[in-house]
Amino acid sequence: MKRIIAGIIALLFFFTMSTVLNTDSQTVSGIPRYGEFDLSERNSHSYVTKSVNDTLKEVKFGSTTDAETGSANFVTSIVVNYRSFDTMGEVTVLFLSATGVGLLLGGDKKRLLSPIKASPIVKTAAKIVSPLLLILGVYVFTHGHLTPGGGFPGGAIIAAAFLLLVMVDDERRAPAMLKVLEGSMGLAYVLLGIGGLLISGSFLQNFLPTGVVGNLFSAGLIPIVYSLIGLKVGAELSGIVDDFVSEGGDNI
Amino acid sequence: MIQYFSLLLTAIGIYGLLSQKNLVKLIVSLNIAEIGVNLFIVSIGYIEKGVVPILSSENNSSTLLFVDPLPQALVLTSIVIGVGITALALAIIVTISHSKGTIDIDELTERGGAEE
Repeated sequence: MKRIIAGIIALLFFFTMSTVLNTDSQTVSGIPRYGEFDLSERNSHSYVTKSVNDTLKEVKFGSTTDAETGSANFVTSIVVNYRSFDTMGEVTVLFLSATGVGLLLGGDKKRLLSPIKASPIVKTAAKIVSPLLLILGVYVFTHGHLTPGGGFPGGAIIAAAFLLLVMVDDERRAPAMLKVLEGSMGLAYVLLGIGGLLISGSFLQNFLPTGVVGNLFSAGLIPIVYSLIGLKVGAELSGIVDDFVSEGGDNI
Repeated sequence: MIQYFSLLLTAIGIYGLLSQKNLVKLIVSLNIAEIGVNLFIVSIGYIEKGVVPILSSENNSSTLLFVDPLPQALVLTSIVIGVGITALALAIIVTISHSKGTIDIDELTERGGAEE
């Protein structure tokens, strides 16, 4: 009986939300038809043309200098430049959840042993693959302003390298330095924000030259902030993995 | 079409949240609903024949037709927060399982009454 009521509620939700689709018209502002809208009418247009404060002009890859943000990746320019304050809140949420996991599960010296022994082939391959994964993670977060990716995917790849090591080696634990790295990277992000406040007059505002769009050393603060976020997220997610494999939690 | 599909995913997640008794299954339902919502937000930014919102040597001018980057940036935030919520919820479930020996909501309610 409860399942039938739950099904009816879910169906009602589906039909209610379906009626809202395709309702954009001259008189009502709703959700536009899929794939059909005018980008120049949206706020995003000023992010794409980098003209939130600047005047509107064409941005060319490889030749435009000193644009508002030098990032070739518009998503990155929104996440780490125009809405960097949002990202700071996001990093704080991730930090709080990692701390909560550590509080509930961590703190034990011993760790859980896997019931199945990893084969020598997997052990040897993991030793080769995990440094490559680390390099890939670093590449992804240092090139966040040029290619798809950024600090969060890069950090997740680094944590995946650590997870691989944990899965094949029953003795492996996260180094104690990880917590220090995590905290100091968060502190450096806040300090960069305060630097923006002192130099440019606004919290987290860019105060470095933005360079040529498309160069590795361009886009001002974006590569620095994304490297900090990448290291922080990598350390945090590795810490979460380490807390989950520790034998804590029995004594609570 | 993909918008109806994402709404359907959210509806499946809501059904799971309402009907399941196992705590881990509740977290899985929450994640399914979240994926549906994320897919819906990204689909709002799609333009017919739009290119990926990254300048490169091929798409080298801001006058081209790009898909909307703002929903993608919002969904990036949403995914990361989803990961945080899932990790914390699973840690709480592990703790409950250690101390109570079950993760079924009905059994937990009965035992809670008996112990007090």
